[in-house]
Amino acid sequence: MESHSRRWFLGAGTVALASVGGLTACGSGSGSGADGTLTAFVYGDDAAKIQVKSVNRFNASAAAKKAKGTIKLQKVPATDYPAKLRTAMGSPNAPDVFFNWGGGSIKAYREAGQLVDLTDVIASDPVLKSGFLPSVLAAGGLDGKNYGVPMRGMQPVILFYNKSVFAEHKLQPPTTWDQLLDLNTKLKKANITPFALGGADIWPELMWLEYLVDRIGGPQVFEKIKNGDASAWGDPAVLKAAQTVKQLIDDGAFGKGYSSVGYGNGGAPAVFAKGKAAMHLMGSWEYSTQLGKFPDFAKKNLGWCAFPQIEGGAGDIRNVVGNPTNYWSVNAHTSNKDAAIAFLRDSASLAYTKELIANGDVPATANAATLLDASPNPEFAKFQYEMVQKAPAFTLSWDQAVDPNVATPMLTEVNKLFVGKSSPAQFVAALKELK
Amino acid sequence: MALPGVLFFAFFALAPMVLAFYLSFTRWNGLGDPQPAGLANWRKLLSDDRLGQSLTVTVALTAVSWAFQTVISLLLGVWAAGRQRNRAVLSAIFFVPFLLSSTAISLLFYALLDPNFGIIHRDTLGTTSGAFLAIVFVGGWQFIPFHTLIYQGGARQIPEVLYQAAAIDGAGRYRQFFSITLPQLRNTATTSSVLMIVGSLTYFETVLILTQGGPGTDTAILPYLMYEAGFKSYDFGYASAVASFLVLAATALSLLMVKLSGFGAMRSTREGM
Repeated sequence: MESHSRRWFLGAGTVALASVGGLTACGSGSGSGADGTLTAFVYGDDAAKIQVKSVNRFNASAAAKKAKGTIKLQKVPATDYPAKLRTAMGSPNAPDVFFNWGGGSIKAYREAGQLVDLTDVIASDPVLKSGFLPSVLAAGGLDGKNYGVPMRGMQPVILFYNKSVFAEHKLQPPTTWDQLLDLNTKLKKANITPFALGGADIWPELMWLEYLVDRIGGPQVFEKIKNGDASAWGDPAVLKAAQTVKQLIDDGAFGKGYSSVGYGNGGAPAVFAKGKAAMHLMGSWEYSTQLGKFPDFAKKNLGWCAFPQIEGGAGDIRNVVGNPTNYWSVNAHTSNKDAAIAFLRDSASLAYTKELIANGDVPATANAATLLDASPNPEFAKFQYEMVQKAPAFTLSWDQAVDPNVATPMLTEVNKLFVGKSSPAQFVAALKELK
Repeated sequence: MALPGVLFFAFFALAPMVLAFYLSFTRWNGLGDPQPAGLANWRKLLSDDRLGQSLTVTVALTAVSWAFQTVISLLLGVWAAGRQRNRAVLSAIFFVPFLLSSTAISLLFYALLDPNFGIIHRDTLGTTSGAFLAIVFVGGWQFIPFHTLIYQGGARQIPEVLYQAAAIDGAGRYRQFFSITLPQLRNTATTSSVLMIVGSLTYFETVLILTQGGPGTDTAILPYLMYEAGFKSYDFGYASAVASFLVLAATALSLLMVKLSGFGAMRSTREGM
């Protein structure tokens, strides 16, 4: 019995040591194998099939042979992506190349010295330099430096409207705030909720503040906040935006149950598609969401326009908020930087752009404009492309632009404002405390 | 022979606890090495308005859930302790919710509570009282079957002679219930209550899925606060401080309950028999 116990003890000890080693060893290396295989992490949704093709194309290419490296793609289940990436980047199994949202989503990695600064690489490489829309390329960086290369479709936030509801009540999509308020009144009279809002998810509420602050104070208000100046929350534009939100809520613009309606579970899109709400402020993915759930509505009755101008506001009506796109970044500890960068160049290729377009995405590549006729909905694709191309400023979604430890309490404060737990003044005061 | 058990406990329970306690004195965002932070996280915790709020919510949730679950499981359990065949079948059906995962149950109720397409056309989860009651109800729906089973077992242990004697003395059903069943179920109630109260301190999935701590922060119980700090803000130092606090609070509460309830003394329930 004694010898059994001792063996057991030794075995358990080895397991314990191995696991503790895994827990505490910090990211000094990366997951690249001895054979030159690099690992790439990608957000594992439907669109990842385009990255699968990209990897296959790269691995078979002359560029891969020259750089002596191949890529192995790892699809990470979507909802777990940020947490899984964070864990992996702190471990010896860190990916060499990884998908991200630019801005605040990569700030911690840069501070930990885990990102390759791509500024010079891009500047000296004609394919990467002129391959993408400049505003989109810039939006993925931090403090004027590039840390990522665009690799998915653009995701501007758009004001969608239900064409049949508008036609029935003889309404026009709004271009000014007064027109929007006027629509509000008319729609409420007709017993239709003016705006669908998936408040249970909180980030759809954030979109309203993003656009209102932009239209009232211009993009530089949030630019300051993004660069770490918490006092910039005290800008009068933020308070005005919060007061405007409060007016909309009190006015019934979002109906009654909005804070228990979700977006992710299909609640808000259904309210909108079924004509219970006339408009929906949402990212461009609303089109594919509707196409999947209510194809008839998406094809016949889905209309779209820019977020209206606010009289006397500093922001240009052409300014856009949302997620410019997603980016590939390179781990500074990669064993083969040349191969990683050679792989990034595939995202600027014609073949890659065509695949994105066929998937219904609007690529951020400079050559996309001429190819959009091949999109499943060329009209919508062109609207989106021009919207981003002509935008004087593209503000990254606030929750992606700031560090996660600011984004989380910020979303809580946004929710408190929308459910009436704090006043616009309290909202501003709480945000100024975030750091 | 206790060694394997001790090692397992040491490795899977004590080591992480010690590690979390250590991390609570560091600043760590999950990348690189944790940096010493002294008492910063603990100071932040004790000055955080949300700690007081989440303690209040946790206590209120525990108290209301306890009352709701105890009353119903006690009545159902005593009823189900009868010997008729249909009761056995019904008891088996009652037990089904306990077999489902909390996540599945929470997702189910999240869909049912949608104000436009659910069963109640009202803003339930968006209001403080609605969200609170929804969490109590969903928790009850899941755990009442389990506690019913405990009470059923307890009630079946009560000797039939007590009821026969009471019937001879002319006691009716209500008198029998209050004078025999309830007192005899005292230890069963203690067991069930300890499980409920300790369980409610680690209650998490339902809040995560139904309300995400909302509206605002009105249902952000301690485990949710910990989750948010760790896995949304990547502030693992602070999350570890919350976790350590939770361990201390739960231990203190358990000790207090054992002491007050006399649970440890294991007195006989049939004194005088």
